[in-house]
Amino acid sequence: MGLTLAVLIQGLQMLLVVAVAPMLVSVVRKVKSRLTRKQGAPLVQPYRDLIRLMRKDVVLAENASWLFRVVPYLVFAATWVAAALIPTFATGLQFSWTADLIAIVALLGSARFFLALAGMDVGTSFGGIGSSREMMIASMAEPAMMLIVFSLALIAGSTQLSTAVQFLASPHVGLRVSLGMALVALVIVALAENARIPVDNPTTHLELTMVHEAMVLEYSGRHLAMIELSSALKLLLYISLIGCIFVPWGIADSDANASFAAYVVAVLLYLIKLSVGGVVLAVFETSIAKMRVFRVPNFVGIALMLALLGTLLLFVSMSL
Amino acid sequence: MSAVEFELLVAAVLLVLGPVAVFLRRMSWVSSFIYASSGGLCALIASVGAARLVARTGDSGLTLPLGLPWIGSHFQFDALTAFFLVILGIGGAVVSLYGIGYGRHEHDPMRVLAFYPSFLGAMTLVLLAADAFTFLLSWEVMSLLSWALVLTHHQETNTRTAGYVYLVMAGFGTMALLLAFGLLAGSDGHYAFDTMRGAVRSPTLAAVILGLMLLGAGSKAGLVPLHVWLPLAHPAAPSHVSALMSAVMTKVAIYGFIRVVFDLLGPSAWWASPVVILMGALTAVFGILLAMMERDLKRALAYSTIENIGVIFAALGLAMAFRANGLTAAAALAFTAALFHVFNHMVFKSLLFMGAGSVLTATGTRDLDQLGGLIHRMPITSFLVLVGAVAISALPPLNGFASEWLMFQAVLMSPAIPQDALQLMIPAAGGLLALAAALAAAAFVRIYGIGFLGRARSPAAQTAVDVDRFSLMAMGTMAVLCVLAGILPGMVIDAISPVAKAVLGGQLPLQTHEAWFMIVPIAEGRSSYSGMLVLLFIAVSASGAAWAVHRFASHRLRRAPAWDCGFPDPTPATQYSAGGFAQPLRRVLGTNILGAREVVVMPEPGDPSPARLTVTVDDPIWHNIYSPMGAVVIYVATKMNGLQFLTIRRYLSLVFLLLIALLVGLMLWA
Repeated sequence: MGLTLAVLIQGLQMLLVVAVAPMLVSVVRKVKSRLTRKQGAPLVQPYRDLIRLMRKDVVLAENASWLFRVVPYLVFAATWVAAALIPTFATGLQFSWTADLIAIVALLGSARFFLALAGMDVGTSFGGIGSSREMMIASMAEPAMMLIVFSLALIAGSTQLSTAVQFLASPHVGLRVSLGMALVALVIVALAENARIPVDNPTTHLELTMVHEAMVLEYSGRHLAMIELSSALKLLLYISLIGCIFVPWGIADSDANASFAAYVVAVLLYLIKLSVGGVVLAVFETSIAKMRVFRVPNFVGIALMLALLGTLLLFVSMSL
Repeated sequence: MSAVEFELLVAAVLLVLGPVAVFLRRMSWVSSFIYASSGGLCALIASVGAARLVARTGDSGLTLPLGLPWIGSHFQFDALTAFFLVILGIGGAVVSLYGIGYGRHEHDPMRVLAFYPSFLGAMTLVLLAADAFTFLLSWEVMSLLSWALVLTHHQETNTRTAGYVYLVMAGFGTMALLLAFGLLAGSDGHYAFDTMRGAVRSPTLAAVILGLMLLGAGSKAGLVPLHVWLPLAHPAAPSHVSALMSAVMTKVAIYGFIRVVFDLLGPSAWWASPVVILMGALTAVFGILLAMMERDLKRALAYSTIENIGVIFAALGLAMAFRANGLTAAAALAFTAALFHVFNHMVFKSLLFMGAGSVLTATGTRDLDQLGGLIHRMPITSFLVLVGAVAISALPPLNGFASEWLMFQAVLMSPAIPQDALQLMIPAAGGLLALAAALAAAAFVRIYGIGFLGRARSPAAQTAVDVDRFSLMAMGTMAVLCVLAGILPGMVIDAISPVAKAVLGGQLPLQTHEAWFMIVPIAEGRSSYSGMLVLLFIAVSASGAAWAVHRFASHRLRRAPAWDCGFPDPTPATQYSAGGFAQPLRRVLGTNILGAREVVVMPEPGDPSPARLTVTVDDPIWHNIYSPMGAVVIYVATKMNGLQFLTIRRYLSLVFLLLIALLVGLMLWA
């Protein structure tokens, strides 16, 4: 397979994730509305919102510095690069060697670092509350994520996501206790990182419990559009990550010269996995209440403990 | 002239430069002259060291007829020394450049100038020393000179306290080192490192020496629970000296640990390594938690130094664990990670301390709650400090992440270790290190967000201006190094490989041979990382997105008052404070680990007096170990005080009783 084709597939993946991310958010919202017996906005609404925000003027707080204006693009870029490295429908993508799973986690960490700084930049109390709570949740979730990475790397013998997914898709890996623990832990981390119920509520405004929304409160216009798009991208990233690790079937292998039809099937399967993930998330969010902020560490702590336990089980026996 | 002779000569010139400054004190140019020449000499030190690592020039040794009679002073220049000379040289050169500008603000410049170059010279001597006597003597000179530098602002009570605590801890550390070298030398008195290296020791003796080194070098480096002096002494010194102490002197302590434990002792028993790993990991978490709670900018940085020292020690412990089991490649990986982090921490911690110094010059305060909005007033300093903050938070694509990444790769090599205890402990330690890294990001969002962003919280912060160009140049150099080491980690790894080869007998595969922009520590299928490409991708996609949005959507912008959900704050005091930002983590982790307490005093209904929230966060180690210890010392001293006022008869009978006791002891022993 030529370099051109490899770059083409990588480019296709990058375009696909950006294009699909708002739709995923839309599916979650729609299902949530239907579950609560509401009509819900049409599925294209997030795209309309993004276009509307892009066209509007930016209303910038008087005290905002250059950092505040740069951060939306930085956050988007970091999240996009991280998403580009996830084997969504094909493993062995052209850029997948630039960073492994540890680096992907850290890239999301960079995005969060800058977003938290932007929350502090204008000097409002809402920004501060959002940033400080976001960093508190992150300091619990990041070690949990790292331990999940450890257990995956121990099973697959690689932190390189592409290699790990190829290994997990192979018949050597059956049902494993450690993988189950990693799944639960990863779901909890994903909920915390994406500011979903029960950790945070993505639809609130003017509530003292909000975290992510408080942090980005001062953003408007195209800046807000970039931030919204990056959060959608991050949600897609986590669902894709869960999908490619725990449901790795049907992912095309670009190293093994997959045929065109295989790619088409893989893309379709990927879209199905995404929508299933979205529906499950919506059902889960509808059936659970939001927690108090100081309950969140216990919740994320469960993920930390499960991930550690999963890792330790692997040391007891590699087949667990 | 061999490398060791050259480096010794430079060290001697540096040592002499301090007294020379005293003679030149009347000259108006003395400050610039001393800093410029120290900087130049440090650059020479670094370049000779770098030549050893990169061009692989040979090792050399030298014996001078100084010091103890019949033994002389031994000096050496090998890969390990060369690496730390590079650390010292780069740190010293850049900090001296900063000193040219910063030193002008000093009230009493001679208090710094008389000791500053000699301090650098003494550190060089510690690195060059090749026998116990020279090593300990240089170590002690280094401690004393840094103590003198800590006392620069001796008019402040806090500084005097810090100086006292530092002196006691330094004395304790040197005592531990003295005992360690005594055991290393054995009863035959092999003072030279060469003879120590060949000696055969029992595992117990080796473990005792390791323990003593942990106490001696660990107290200088700031390992918990020996760290208490560090957050007092490092911030008390003038900022460029703080930078040197935090960025370079702690590394000299790490050098001492590596020299003795890895080089002189040889492979240790496997059960020695968990102690080091656990101490390192706990130090990391403990240090960064305290940094998260600290209001004083420089003290927070000092606590973060403790964290980084913990990370380095944990990696060294991993290297020991692998080495004890003969896993040379994995040991080289962990060792390389440790040394990479040594380099990185030197770079970003000196950058951050220099930034803190600039803030102190511009505003006159180190209290985070008096700062804010500096990004508008001091744009260049703020940008450079931001680079340092991103780097120290271990975020890609800067250098802090590269070493952190190598460390996690080393943690993942642990299934090869046969011992169950280590197998179970290493992933847990890895989790602790990940926790420390995440907390570091939180701590630096807090430091940067409160100190540099938002609105100015005091008139001083409102009128601050950016500092002189020497200081900016120095900080800029370190920021560039942060980026370079982050995007080309392979070059740093390759520079470390002769050290790993010399100390462990194994090294990582050369990184810059095939794909020079990637690092592949073990095998390509296992893990690879390219900081360069990550930076490139982020830069391209960020600017591409910005361009597309501005071109096709909208590029208009309006300035308006902050929205803040419709309730804009009238005064800057309504912003989040340093304590407020730390509150969530203080409640979650601080109450259990640090014993942080919050007391709310609510007035009765109808009482117009204000409600009051008091938060106390202290270092529990100080309360639980050092204060009781001090109380015991005072108690014993008070009781013993009576012995000074006895009559002559009583003294004579005491002497007689002692004589009897000694004779009885001798009789029983023989």
